[in-house]
Amino acid sequence: MAKGQSRIVGILKKYEADLLNDWLGELKASGADSDGRISETELRNQATEFISQLREATQSGNLDNIGTAEWQAVRDFLDGISRSRVAQGFRSDQTAGFIFSVKKPLFTRLRKELGSDADGLAEETWVATELLDKLAMHTVHSFQKTREDVIRRQQEELLELSTPVVKLWEGVLALPMIGTLDSARTQIVMESLLQRIVDTGSEIAIIDITGVPTVDTLVAQHLLKTVTAIRLMGADCIISGIRPQIAQTIVHLGVDLEGVTTKANLADALSLALKRSGFSITKSKA
Amino acid sequence: MSVIKSDVLPIRSEQDIVLARQAVRKLTQELTFSIVDQTKFVTAASELARNTLIYGGGGDLYWEVILDGGRKGLKLSFKDEGPGIPDLKQAMTDGWTSGHGLGMGLSGSKRLVNDFEIESTPGKGTRVTITRWK
Amino acid sequence: MDRIPILQMGKFLLVTIQVDLHDRLALTLQDDLTAKIEKTNAKGVLIDISSLEIVDSFIGRMIANTSSMARILDAKTVVVGMQPAVAITLVELGLTLTGVQTALNVERGMHLLRTSLADKEADDVCDQV
Repeated sequence: MAKGQSRIVGILKKYEADLLNDWLGELKASGADSDGRISETELRNQATEFISQLREATQSGNLDNIGTAEWQAVRDFLDGISRSRVAQGFRSDQTAGFIFSVKKPLFTRLRKELGSDADGLAEETWVATELLDKLAMHTVHSFQKTREDVIRRQQEELLELSTPVVKLWEGVLALPMIGTLDSARTQIVMESLLQRIVDTGSEIAIIDITGVPTVDTLVAQHLLKTVTAIRLMGADCIISGIRPQIAQTIVHLGVDLEGVTTKANLADALSLALKRSGFSITKSKA
Repeated sequence: MSVIKSDVLPIRSEQDIVLARQAVRKLTQELTFSIVDQTKFVTAASELARNTLIYGGGGDLYWEVILDGGRKGLKLSFKDEGPGIPDLKQAMTDGWTSGHGLGMGLSGSKRLVNDFEIESTPGKGTRVTITRWK
Repeated sequence: MDRIPILQMGKFLLVTIQVDLHDRLALTLQDDLTAKIEKTNAKGVLIDISSLEIVDSFIGRMIANTSSMARILDAKTVVVGMQPAVAITLVELGLTLTGVQTALNVERGMHLLRTSLADKEADDVCDQV
């Protein structure tokens, strides 16, 4: 700012209330609160907070680098907005739109103040545009990061969820698989099953795939590898819950499940496992 | 991509294969690879070191701990100045062997690592490079 | 040169591999085992590999070959205690040790050997009658 302080600083101070009202008008017009994901009061509070933070930050005279200490509070505030927008299920463009919609009210005030000075108006408009674009970009970036964090956390939770190796009987373990299997997940599932076999000294493992919607070549091969690894360790494996469509797919894919014991459901598999372990079940007479 | 540390190990005797395995194991432990990833990588190293010794007539193992875009990895290069491999495509096929092995050395090792590269010039030698990322 | 000790327990031989096997040591073990089967007229061999951190194609082949040789010499081989990471790696490598009998631990392995010996003796009796 060679010519001293930007007029934006003054405008933010002078027209704070007007700007806020116009901005809220813009937000309403764009339908920011129309589907009830965010209440009018909340939107108003956020807008009020942002205008006042912006006013504070611009006092420093630094309007072109939002990475500095003066802008810390604004950045933190925008990070907070992004997090809450993610939680409320907004899209990234809607989140950026929150900042962009302050442009029109601000430019209107600039024109009002600088109407006759065309050069000054152009310059100030440019400064304002750049500043708001940077702030919007920061918001979107933060929005994205929050989303990525959510995805990563969910992936981790899913991986933990996906490996419940349960003991069905002395020497019999079961792994009820649920959901789509990919390489990474199958590897973790496989490792935890094999480890449990060693830890418990179980000689029979049942992999139940009732909850697996589809089986492609890769998944079928993973299953086959798991069965082979279990055999190498000296235990046996039964696959149960293969649905008709999956049986068809496996045959069409040409995956050879020859030599792998398969059973229609978990109950049949358990019954076979018990028989192999030397147990017999009888119904006591009432 | 930057190299954090590196060294060279000779592969000239059967004992060297064991030493190479142990060195690679130690590096994978330092990089905190999972026990399965450690085992896979050490096994691949063992296969390739044996190839270097038996088919390449001995050579060297160059190892590097590398950093690429925030992820760490271990890169091994097995280099020999032996007769080379005339038909790489054939050599990479499961079950094909020029010696007395099971023919699982090259194709099998490839499945145990993340990146696998092989260059060979008949009469000049062979270099196999494998990488596993953390 | 060092050797892997082979213990005799009645009609069975017991080998525990605890060192990182180099290739010649693996081959020596194969020679020693087959010689000892013949000498002791052993009917079963138990190879404990629970301390082995890796099994590559060379060691895998030695194990498979030893098992086949023992079979020809009328002894049954059981390999016990393979670590999960080793099993996963072997499968990925493409080695499934076809024809090699495995068990989770020494106890289960011994049980397998005893039952198969009992079955065999019963068969032999039938043959004589």
